[in-house]
Amino acid sequence: MENNNYAIETNDLSIHYGKFTAVKNVSMKVERKKITAIIGPSGCGKSTLLRAFNRMNDFVPSCHVTGELMLQGQNLYSRDVDPVEVRRKIGMVFQKPNPFPKSIYENIAWGARINGFKGKMDELVEQSLRAAALWDEVKDKLQQSAYALSGGQQQRLCIARTIAIQPEIILMDEPASALDPISTLRIEELMQELKQNYTIIIVTHNMQQAARASDYTAMMMIDDQRAGGVIEFDVTKTIFTRPKDKRTEDYVTGRFG
Amino acid sequence: MKEEALDLKTAKAQSFRQIDLRKKTRLGEGTIQALLFLTGILSIFTTIAIVYELGKEAMLFFADPDVTLVKFFTMTRWQPGIGEYGIVALVSATLTTSAIAISIALPLGLASAIYLSEYASPKARSVLKPILEILAGIPTVVYGYFALLFVTPILKSIFGDGIQVYNMLSAGLVMGIMILPLIASMSEDALSAVPRALREGAYAMGATKLETSMQVVVPAALSGIGAAVIVGISRAVGETMIVAVAAGAGPNFSFNPLDAAETMTGHIARISGGDLSYNTIDYTSLFAIALMLFLVTLVLNLISQWVVNRFRERYE
Repeated sequence: MENNNYAIETNDLSIHYGKFTAVKNVSMKVERKKITAIIGPSGCGKSTLLRAFNRMNDFVPSCHVTGELMLQGQNLYSRDVDPVEVRRKIGMVFQKPNPFPKSIYENIAWGARINGFKGKMDELVEQSLRAAALWDEVKDKLQQSAYALSGGQQQRLCIARTIAIQPEIILMDEPASALDPISTLRIEELMQELKQNYTIIIVTHNMQQAARASDYTAMMMIDDQRAGGVIEFDVTKTIFTRPKDKRTEDYVTGRFG
Repeated sequence: MKEEALDLKTAKAQSFRQIDLRKKTRLGEGTIQALLFLTGILSIFTTIAIVYELGKEAMLFFADPDVTLVKFFTMTRWQPGIGEYGIVALVSATLTTSAIAISIALPLGLASAIYLSEYASPKARSVLKPILEILAGIPTVVYGYFALLFVTPILKSIFGDGIQVYNMLSAGLVMGIMILPLIASMSEDALSAVPRALREGAYAMGATKLETSMQVVVPAALSGIGAAVIVGISRAVGETMIVAVAAGAGPNFSFNPLDAAETMTGHIARISGGDLSYNTIDYTSLFAIALMLFLVTLVLNLISQWVVNRFRERYE
């Protein structure tokens, strides 16, 4: 029963680059259909940890991961797991919007097609764009290049194309840091809608964003060997009002970092 | 304390008096600018000079009352000495050998580029790329004899008597191998220049390496790959030694790769090598061929440029 509440869990997950340990012994349970924020000062391994969730770190040759990352009872780092399949289940939105140099329509259709989508493509494109709150702005120019859109629209397009392949979890790596405040707000609103159906894990530099938008917050910090770790993981409200760790308190109140 | 403040004030006032906003002559800047301009002008001037010289001599050829543009483009035999002016007899061989070369070099070159840029480990790439570039440095006359003495016998054993000793297939194939490293190297540069973020975006959608390479990276790099193909085509059309050695020594209007035929460049090389007297029709005809060569290259470049613009995907 308890198992059902968690979308993904890490057990003693450590990420190493060669001999250097970048992230050490992270054990956290990410609740289903909630927004979990990862915060912490620059260089503490937030993005590294996030990229471990969908095995994007595989592309860094020297990187290897120890410990467990459990999704529905399967360790995503066990030898017989196909990283391509992992990424279908766990989508990702990046810091800088990175739409494909294709049409708006094709940006969404492409991912669905390579994942074997057989249904009506037009409907899927419309649904995904509506879910990303972008449909009304682009419905008349679906064949135009995605690069004709503004930064905020591009980022929502990237969210739409991720939704189109219907992942379980959506990872967001500072999705609003390259956007203006209004676009940022739209992304945050969108996240609230998306959590009806998806589990979201977001890395953010912006403390207000974490406080406003997330249900749970993981606080990361580096130790004296420069290895990052989660020092506190709790309900967001607790982290921001009654943190247990002094370092968390210093960080969230702006006395540090 | 007060004295010091006063000092600072006067010092400041003095330094202000020294500011001079008038234009200054900066000798270094001017010299560099002039030098850069001259080097730019030099290549343009050379091109103009070549076109002028070609045009001037070619005019003498077309001024001959026996030569007409209709004959030039419609006759199928080239023998200016006896009144046969069909340039197509040479153009056909150039087009055939170049087409063979490109159809070898483009897929293989692109495949090597994709391997080097997307699949090879940094270590493999650091070994393979220099080797590939060495291939590009082999003198073409060596390739010519490689075609004649190595490739042709193999083709002979496949096609038997159907293939002539000198044939366009062998020359075209080897020409393809010659321009392969050029296309591979230039395409690899174009593929590597595609931002990492695009690849990551594709992988994060559950794309395999092949899907990412073929459907995201290659379309995004198409303008660079197109430039590689344009340079490749120009090399193939202009290539002389390989076709002179292996394709045949006599104009022959044929698109059959198994036939012997002489390309425009091969013909120029052979005729101009003999003792040719100045101001004969044979002499001026060479310039007409060269002008035609210029034109063919230009047209092929324009076509490839159009294709690239039509299909490329622009990223910012």
